[in-house]
This record gives sequence, structure tokens and C-alpha cells, in this order.
Amino acid sequence: MDSFAQLWRRAVQTARLMVGIPDYDTYVAHRRAHHPQEPVMSYAEFFRERQKARYGGEGGRIGRCC
Amino acid sequence: MSKKLLWVAVAALGAVALGIVALERGEPVNAMWLVIAALCIYAIAYRFYGLFIANRVLGADGTRQTPAYRHNDGLDYVPTNQYVLFGHHFAAIAGAGPLVGPVLAAQMGYLPGTLWLLAGVVFAGAVQDMTVLFLSTRRDGRSLGDMIRSEMGPVAGTVAGIGVLLICVIILAVLALVVVNALKASPWGTFTVACTIPIALIMGVYGRLVRPGRVGEMSLIGAVLLLAALLYGRTISETPSLAHYFTLSGPALALLIIGYGFVASVLPVWLLLAPRDYLSTFLKVGTVALLAVGVLIVHPQLQMPAITRFIDGSGPVWAGNVFPFLFITIACGAVSGWHSLISSGTTPKMIESEKQIAFIGYGGMLTESFVGIMAMIGASIIHPGVYFAMNSGAALIGTTAAHAADVVTSWGFTVTPDMLSQAAHDVGETSILSRTGGAPTLAVGMATIFSSFLGGKALMGIWYHFAILFEALFILTTVDAGTRVCRFMIQDLIGNAVPAFRETRAWGNNVIGSALSCVLWGYLLYAGVRDPYGGIWTMWPLFGATNQMLAAIALTLCTVVLFKMKRERWAWVTVVPTVWLVICTVTAGLEKIFSPNPKVGFLSHAAKFSQGLATQQVLAPAKSLQEMSRVIFSDYLDAALAAIAVAIVIVTVVYGIVRVLQARATPRNTAIEIGDAAVGHG
Repeated sequence: MDSFAQLWRRAVQTARLMVGIPDYDTYVAHRRAHHPQEPVMSYAEFFRERQKARYGGEGGRIGRCC
Repeated sequence: MSKKLLWVAVAALGAVALGIVALERGEPVNAMWLVIAALCIYAIAYRFYGLFIANRVLGADGTRQTPAYRHNDGLDYVPTNQYVLFGHHFAAIAGAGPLVGPVLAAQMGYLPGTLWLLAGVVFAGAVQDMTVLFLSTRRDGRSLGDMIRSEMGPVAGTVAGIGVLLICVIILAVLALVVVNALKASPWGTFTVACTIPIALIMGVYGRLVRPGRVGEMSLIGAVLLLAALLYGRTISETPSLAHYFTLSGPALALLIIGYGFVASVLPVWLLLAPRDYLSTFLKVGTVALLAVGVLIVHPQLQMPAITRFIDGSGPVWAGNVFPFLFITIACGAVSGWHSLISSGTTPKMIESEKQIAFIGYGGMLTESFVGIMAMIGASIIHPGVYFAMNSGAALIGTTAAHAADVVTSWGFTVTPDMLSQAAHDVGETSILSRTGGAPTLAVGMATIFSSFLGGKALMGIWYHFAILFEALFILTTVDAGTRVCRFMIQDLIGNAVPAFRETRAWGNNVIGSALSCVLWGYLLYAGVRDPYGGIWTMWPLFGATNQMLAAIALTLCTVVLFKMKRERWAWVTVVPTVWLVICTVTAGLEKIFSPNPKVGFLSHAAKFSQGLATQQVLAPAKSLQEMSRVIFSDYLDAALAAIAVAIVIVTVVYGIVRVLQARATPRNTAIEIGDAAVGHG
């Protein structure tokens, strides 16, 4: 059962990363571990920030092929 | 020992399958042999060449810290499971190129294109993707342009930057042209694709305001609405009063797409661009997977001969001989320069270990090549007569089924007018003649495969329009995003002279930059749509050449760095594909400009038409003197683009050679790496 849950989690992570949204839990864990004093973005903020970074403006990143 | 036996068995199976594919004459070959041959070759190439390059040539070091750990911020730099990252990387490199290129290449038969898809990916495409990924991983995930600047000098960097802008403009124009050709005079297709805009807006609002960031829910809503639009499209096409509104000519569609690209580039990304991207990415990956399953279940017979008479370069789909034009035409499925931008984009910032570079870089590209093989199968299982009727311009086969059938039959591919009408009727269209650009042909192939295990012939029309929707959706997403990227590049370029123009958030800059970007690719698109040869005939080789040119530039960088790292012993791994691509692109570029054959050379074609103009003689396929002047102008423009591309390759290669000689004269490692690097050591 555990392995199925794990597999599902991986599948969701993959699907999200395909459209440029990395794993939110990993982000939260990272902030807690390395920047415990600083604020952590809510999921909605995190989502907006990532969306902007993907199509953003700074540097004109190319995220996709022909 | 048992492992060795296993690899011997894989090699033997691959050899048998390839033998059947290559040597069978007369009898139709089953597509499964192609699939088996490809999979065996990929497995052997990965195990014995991909891993060899990673471990020996590049010296991938599993103990070395990657940027994902060094800069871990939970956002851009995140150590990511290799299978998850593989999915991300594949979704980023998979696009329309590997689907369209092989379909066009099928005019020479399935064999020449298949062989290049396999050889090209193993020795060039996958090598490029993996090596660039490796270089970028060792440089904090820096972009290709940055790496060229730092390893090869600022001039080479700027020249490469112009090359990237050029390829971007040409890609946008050609891909948009593929969509126009698929949708013109097709109310069903046009309606469905048009619906994706309001659907994306609904998804955008939902994901921003109603349930922020619920990608799964948004995409599900989008998918359901999309399905409804697809089904309702049939009603539209069968109701003349409604069909009227969605039956558009090529030029009208081109103008709409240009306008759409502009709006999408100006609007906030969350409203239109991002939701379309979600929809198209999931649809793309899902459909490609479904196609793979379909080919395995249905295992259809290939109807296209292994080699057709057009191997001599006289084909109606695109002009030119096997060398160099077949290699240019296949493009992305074998080697794609664009991937060097992806491999130096987000992927290197998320890789956990250098030991995973082979799996993600080399393996990702092998998967892309497999998509190309499936496209080749899709084009080869339909009747060759239907294939040529769909892919030849109206100037060659006329506009009626009777005339088209006569012409195609005279080429040796016996087909009756009834077969052509029936094929159109099966997929719910009034005509399939001259639907150039590959997408409609592939859609017929896919509909044939899907309908034979899901729904039967009755659903053929729905599957056809589903396939058109799938291709149009992700091409248009590329057009959205590409217009934006193009806009940023233009702003950056002009910003060198007018620094205020660089500010990407300023509204005025946004509008001017977007408009400039749309004008650049829009002009090429419009010229392509009005081209009496069908546009693809002229423009696809230009696209292929610039794409391969970018690959040559990326591989030159890889070669330079190998020499700088004092790994010249292994440098042949990148030198061989670089030399091949340079020869290919430069020959193709020069032939496109200077060939005395007006079918191939832009200048001789222009000269022929100028002569006609001087004597007031209208030459087919132009219908008026005015059209002739337009053809002449396009010829000069295309010749200039080809000349710029050739110049860029030559300049980069010269810089590359100079840097290699410098590296050889220096006794120590001079590669500029970051981390536990060799900077200044020695």
C-alpha cells in the first residue's frame, strides 16, 4: 500500500514538474530546515511565484522545444 | 555471464528486425519490426555508448556536488528524483518537430528516414543533449549562450545569440504554418482549436481566483470542456449555417494566429498562456503514450515502400536530394539544436547526481527519437497515394480529386478519386488534398491506429480531429511562449542601444516588443501561406537547416570544452557529429541559395521569375504578375536567411577551432567550471 502511495506521489510530482511547478512540500521542508526564521510562502503564493518564473520575463527562459 | 548473453540476444534480435525492415521488398512489412529494431538499438546505444560517454569521455563524478544541492532554494534549484526529472525533461524537449519531420521524410520511403532517426540520435542528438546537460550542470545551470560566451569569447556568444533569435523566428513561422494548413477550410478543426482559448481563460480564472494552484482540477475541467468542444465540432461541421463561420482561408487563419500570438504575449501569463500550457503538456504526453500503446496493440502493416522513386530528389513534398536535405528534414527526431537550450535551462538545476546525466540527457533524447519513429509509422501505414495527395501542393496536383488521383497515379502510386474522397469522408472533412505540413497526415495515421482498437471506423472522424487538436494545441502553446521569448530577446538586443527598452515590465516596451516579435515571424508565416507551393515546401528546409545549425554550434562548444578539459583523447565523440552537421547545414544552406536548379535554389528561382516578369509572362504556380513579384521577394528573403545561418555556423566553427588550438597549446585544464572545479589548477 505504501509503495502505491509513493508511486502516486511521484506521478503527481512528475505531472506538476512537467508544467514547471516543483514539489511544494519539498520547498516547505527546505525553508523550515535552512531558513527557520524567515516566512514561508503559502501554496497559492508559491504557485504564483513559480508560474511567473516559468513564463516570466527575467532573462526570457526557454521552457519548451519546437 | 547471463548479462552478457542477454545483450547478445538483444543485439541479435535488433539485427534480425533491422534486416527485415531494410531488406524486405515487395511484401508489406509489419510496423512491429520497426519498433523492435528501434528499441534494441536504443538499449544497446544507451548501455554501451551513452554510459561510455558519461563515464569515460565526460568523467561524470557521482561524488561531486550538483547545483541542485549547492544552491538548493526549494524553487529553481531542487534535488529531484531522476524519474520525476526525466518526465520534466522529456516534456520540455518533446514538440512538433519529431512528429512532423519524419512524416515529410516519408516521401523517400520509410527506410532512409528511419535509418537517420536511429543513427542520428545515437551519434549526434543524444550526445549533444547529454553533453550540454553535463556542461551546464558543472556551471551552476548556466544557459548555452552564457557558456559559449565564457568558454569561446564574447563575439562567438553574440553570434550564437543572433542565431538563436533567427531559429526562434523561423520555428514560430513554420509551426504556425503547420497549424494553418491543418485548419484551413476545416470547420470542425477550427472550431475545436478556437474553443481552446475560452477554455484556457476559464481554467486560468479557476486556477488563479477560485482554487489557487490546483493544477489537476484545472486540467480536468479543461480536458472535459475540450472533449465537449471536440464532439460538438462535428455538429458544427454538419450544420452549414454554423460551419460557415469556421470555414476560413489560409491567409485569414494566418492573420488570426498572428493576432492571437500578440494578445497571448501581452496578457498576464496566468490568464491564457499558463493554462494552455498545462492542457497541451498533459495532452501531448498522454497522446504520445497512447500512440505507443496503439502501435503495440494494432501492429499495423506499412503500406509505404521502403524506398520510393523520390529518393532521386524529385519529390513533391520537399525539394532536394537525400544528402543533405533528408537530414535537414528529419530535424528534431534525430538531432535538435533547440534541445541544447533546454538541457542548459531548468534540468541541470534539479539533477541530483552527475551519474544521472546519461539517463536524463541521453535517455530523454532516445525517447524523443522513438516519438519520431512512431510518426514515421503513422505516415507509412496510410495508402501512399493518399499520402502524396495530402502532402503535395495544389500547384502540382490541382484542386480536384480526379486530377489529383491522375497525377499521383502517374507518379506510380495508384489511387482512384473515390479513394481520396472516401479518405476525406472517413475523417469528416470535405477534402484532404494538399494538406501539407505533416500534421494532417499524421492525424490520419493516428486516427487509423486509434480507431482500430478504440471505437472502430465510426470514430475515425473524432480521432482525426482529436489528433489535429493535440498537434495544434501544443504548437499554438509554442507560438504563445515563443513569441514571448522572442520578445525578451528582441528587448535584450535593442536594449544594448536603448537601455530603457530592456525593462520587461514596462507596458509600452511589452507592446512594442510583442508587436516586433509578431511582425518578424508573422511576415514569414503570411508569405508561407500565400506561397503557391504550399509554404512547407520552401520553409521546412529552412527551419531544419537552422535547427541543425544550432546543434552544430552547441556541439562545437562541447568539443571546445573537451579540449580545454584535456580530454582530447575522447573528443572524437563530439567532433564527428559536429563535422557532419557543419557539412550538412553548410551544404544545404549553400544549395538553397546557389543551386542552379530553380526547384532547390532560391536565387535561380528568383532569376527565373524575374525573367518571366521582364517578358510579362506569368509562370506557374503564380497566377498574376503581382504574385510573381511576391515570389521573387520571398526568394531573396529566404536566400538572405539561409546566408545568415551559414555565416553564423562558419563564424562559430572558426572560433571553435581557434579555442581548440589555444587549449592544445596550454598544458593545463582551462575549462571554467564551478564547484570542485579545475579553475586555475594545474
